[in-house]
Amino acid sequence: MLKHEQIEKSVGLLIVLTLLVVSVGGLLEIVPLFYQKSTTTPVEGTKPYSAVRLAGRDIYTREGCYLCHSQMIRPFRAETERYGHYSVAGEFVYDHPFQWGSKRTGPDLHRVGGRYSDEWQRAHLMNPRDVVPESNMPAFAFLAETKAKDSVGVDIVAKMELMRSYANVRGIPTYTDEEIKGAQAAIGDMTEMDVLIAYLQGMGTALSTMKQ
Amino acid sequence: MSDFVSEFWNIYVIVITAASVFACIALLYVQSKATFTPGKTMGHVWDETLEEYNNPMPMWWSWLFLITVVFTVVYFVLYPGLGNMKGLLGWTSAGAHKAEVEKMDAAVKPLFDKYMAMDVKAVAGDKQAMEMGKRLYLTYCMQCHGADARGAKGFPNLTDSDWLYGGEPEQIKETLNNGRMGVMPPHAQLGADSVKDLANYVRSLSGLPNDSVRSAKGKETFAAVGCSGCHGADAKGMHALGAPNLTDKIWLYGSSEATITETINGGRQNKMPAWKEFLGDAKIHLLTGYVYSVSQGAK
Ligand code: HEC
Ligand code: HEC
Ligand code: HEC
Repeated sequence: MLKHEQIEKSVGLLIVLTLLVVSVGGLLEIVPLFYQKSTTTPVEGTKPYSAVRLAGRDIYTREGCYLCHSQMIRPFRAETERYGHYSVAGEFVYDHPFQWGSKRTGPDLHRVGGRYSDEWQRAHLMNPRDVVPESNMPAFAFLAETKAKDSVGVDIVAKMELMRSYANVRGIPTYTDEEIKGAQAAIGDMTEMDVLIAYLQGMGTALSTMKQ
Repeated sequence: MSDFVSEFWNIYVIVITAASVFACIALLYVQSKATFTPGKTMGHVWDETLEEYNNPMPMWWSWLFLITVVFTVVYFVLYPGLGNMKGLLGWTSAGAHKAEVEKMDAAVKPLFDKYMAMDVKAVAGDKQAMEMGKRLYLTYCMQCHGADARGAKGFPNLTDSDWLYGGEPEQIKETLNNGRMGVMPPHAQLGADSVKDLANYVRSLSGLPNDSVRSAKGKETFAAVGCSGCHGADAKGMHALGAPNLTDKIWLYGSSEATITETINGGRQNKMPAWKEFLGDAKIHLLTGYVYSVSQGAK
């Protein structure tokens, strides 16, 4: 029988057994997620991010919107009344990395797509207090001054190719060559704010009851 | 039907889970069988007096392990988690959400039914209904129309008696159910001079300072280029199109010459979302009453 003393005196054995114990959680809670249909198959209506929305998503991460906004509607009535259908795993298959967040200074944004008009999104990003006087969200007016093609759009082709390789590993629908080739043109002269709004307006629409 | 892509993962989860539980039991067993000599050290001394003893695990610690094992077994019998097993309770997070919603819906249904049976004007006069309406308004509408319903630039004030689409209960309900899309086409093609005339004319309509020569010319242009087709020959607006009354002192975008010029040159596009599907009839009914009641306050 293995004795405490033996383990304690053999560093190699101690390391192996420790790793074994601490990996149990991950082996059970993380690894199987890669092999579940609900987490790896897109929900009907969930599509790969178009070039414009992918660029918008990069603005979202760059500006740290996730620090104040979650993208995870939990299955509680209080949340589904405010935001709409709770989030399901198959809606996030194209998110690398996901933007679930863990802090809600502002509301959840997972189903914000179609909820407000483009005009509202613009006014709100320019200065949140113009439309919601009580707001403490920072103004992002500067996003209207830079063209997306000069920042997040520069390497959009490479980003889409990377996303495509992720999707191919899982065997889920992804970009065609034409879509990737047309990425720069699709972004065109849009500002960072334009692409961010396009991203927001596409969010969570697969299970939303707000008409676009 | 299993959510795993193959049966392997079902077995994988069961095996690792079971192995962990058995390892726990084995550890407890081994510990209970081990013999210890009280007071005997392992033979190490650090820092002059620090010695390592070889004592049995404290009893409370052993009990915690045991309780964990029992909890795990009971949990896996009742709840899903062990591979594909669903658990005796049949619990799912989606099911728990559904039950919670149904319970709450059943509790408030008599209340909603009561108000559905009343007409909007009566609902607007009911204190409790208006408390409910206000809560709904603050959840779904304040982002655009403001917490006080006084609106913002481009988002109409609901507390005045000036309506883009009409303030009768049926018109308000139609607005909430199906949304509205106000479109004012751009007119920059008329040229800067004509646009300036028009802006002066628009300002003259509500008694704002203006250049009278230009506004006289603007008046003709207004009819000639078709502004009157939407805003009416008297510029008092048209509910069917959501074209605002230009003769009052209430502005959606602003009364400065610069803002009016911007409106005429670039046109405006504005959208009120459709709420029918998201909110449902009962909530829309209360909200219609709420909007009606705040607009009555203005008179
Ligand atoms: C300091 C925290 C903070 C940051 C950072 C932040 N927000 Fe917000 N946001 C808020 C708060 C608070 C609200 C609620 C008040 C309001 O509507 O302005 C809000 C509201 C919103 C809403 C309206 C949601 C709803 O359903 O009412 C949107 C959309 C939004 N934010 C988008 C963004 C985007 C995009 C970014 C990044 C560019 C961002 N926010 C960054 C705090 C923040
Ligand atoms: C995305 C922002 C937005 C939200 C959210 C919103 N509205 Fe509106 N609403 C508008 C805009 C913009 C208009 C004007 C539409 C136009 O100009 O064509 C409008 C128009 C209206 C009108 C017609 C006003 C008139 O003068 O005829 C009413 C009534 C109204 N909204 C009530 C509500 C209620 C009640 C809610 C909540 C359920 C709500 N709105 C949510 C933006 C919004
Ligand atoms: C197709 C119909 C249509 C025509 C033609 C039209 N308008 Fe409009 N106009 C609208 C609508 C609808 C709005 C409200 C837009 C909104 O809801 O945001 C509006 C808004 C305005 C406003 C802003 C009012 C405010 O309260 O801020 C002004 C000023 C205006 N129009 C002037 C004109 C002039 C001058 C012309 C002619 C050159 C004209 N319009 C032609 C439909 C029209």
